[in-house]
Amino acid sequence: MHLVPVGPSAYLAEVAGAAVALDLASWARRTGVDAVEVVPAARTVLFDGVVDPAALRRVLQRWRPGAAAVDGDLVEVPTTYDGDDLDDVAERWGTDRAGVVARHAELTFTSAFCGFAPGFAYLTGLPDGLAVPRLDSPRPRVPAGSVGLAGSWCGVYPTSSPGGWRLLGRTDVSLWDPARPQPALLAPGTRVRFVPA
Amino acid sequence: MTWEVLEAPGLVTVQDGGRTGLAHLGVPRAGPLDRPAAGLAGRLVGNPPHAAVLEVTLSGLVLRAGEARWVAVTGAACEVTVDGRARGHGRAERVPAGAVLRLGPATAGVRSYLAVAGGWAVEPVLGSRSTDTLAWVGPPRVLAGTLLPVGPPAGPPATVEVPGRWSPGPVVLRVHPGPRLDRFAAGTLARLCATSYAVGPASDRVGLRLAAVAGEVLERTDVRELASEGMVLGAVQVPPDGQPVVLLADHPATGGYPVVAVVPADDLARVAQLRPGDPVRFRPA
Repeated sequence: MHLVPVGPSAYLAEVAGAAVALDLASWARRTGVDAVEVVPAARTVLFDGVVDPAALRRVLQRWRPGAAAVDGDLVEVPTTYDGDDLDDVAERWGTDRAGVVARHAELTFTSAFCGFAPGFAYLTGLPDGLAVPRLDSPRPRVPAGSVGLAGSWCGVYPTSSPGGWRLLGRTDVSLWDPARPQPALLAPGTRVRFVPA
Repeated sequence: MTWEVLEAPGLVTVQDGGRTGLAHLGVPRAGPLDRPAAGLAGRLVGNPPHAAVLEVTLSGLVLRAGEARWVAVTGAACEVTVDGRARGHGRAERVPAGAVLRLGPATAGVRSYLAVAGGWAVEPVLGSRSTDTLAWVGPPRVLAGTLLPVGPPAGPPATVEVPGRWSPGPVVLRVHPGPRLDRFAAGTLARLCATSYAVGPASDRVGLRLAAVAGEVLERTDVRELASEGMVLGAVQVPPDGQPVVLLADHPATGGYPVVAVVPADDLARVAQLRPGDPVRFRPA
């Protein structure tokens, strides 16, 4: 792990990938590091609002990959597979619509980090061989609840927004609700399965 | 009792200390862009730190007072009247019950702050009364017809008048080297500090968008795609067009453009009051 300063009061820890970043972030949060924000991402964990960098460094030296044993709650997302890009993804995967549904619904994903919008979780778990490129030009409006793929990420749009992910289907579950004690349904660490509705 | 908003022609939002600890869920921090001005307004009316204020952007605001209270307007210069009679900027003023309080359009700067004794007591969302304009987490935007509840006053107004007016003059922002400086050509930080920039018209609470006056670009030499990573307040991102964007309070929690430099938070209050076309320079921190 490499710590890179980000201005006077933040540090980026660079790690090998999203799973390790989630592990480090979960461990750091549980251990109680001196930082206002602990933000995992694809290959980094940001520690923002750090008052004592030396103390942060000392604590992070104790972390070993695998320490957090990320094993979050399993959330099932009922999904209607009727997305606009279902045929396109089927062609890329060398199968048909039913084949896409079967492959996607048999995977268990893990929420690695949130970004882009509140409650928008980047889900890992898609095998590299099934990765699909983003759309060349994003759609101006993707409805809330849309389930999509981009690269080897899977994601569900919590609110309607522009977006360039390839859409497999949609769900009615509420991904983001500020009135809930846990506003993000798919907070980092949560495990996710898509269930054909 | 509530105060009724009669006119809110531009962007008006409620802001308190901001919403911290939720960046990992993708929630922006929000909070007032000009924190010293917002804090001063609260102190002038005797509020505790981080009681909610209104952030009024450029076009002014008209309210009818639900009860008699002390108020204070700080930040961007604007005319302040109560029932048509001129009142001071940067000082506590008494508003009688039922009176009409008017903040005129900003005559210098961009963002004015209106504090009321007791604070604007709208319902908090996720522990904060701040409205973020990126994802609209927080209390709804303040519009004509909005009813704003006011909390119980905490103490007497400040007796000493404090200079609160925004002072014009060239803005020079300090910069620390950013985490992705190594993705740019050698000498890029020096080039950033040697370039005259102007504030772009698309600047908002998310970011200060700058354009080099003479068209210089910050040249990226390592063009491999950067995986999304956590962003900080004051991060100077460089999109493919080579023109820097300084991230402000409503910035997204993660981003994929490389951060070439970071402006310390203390320097960002000045940024809150910059208008399109205003000059900006950088210097090493």
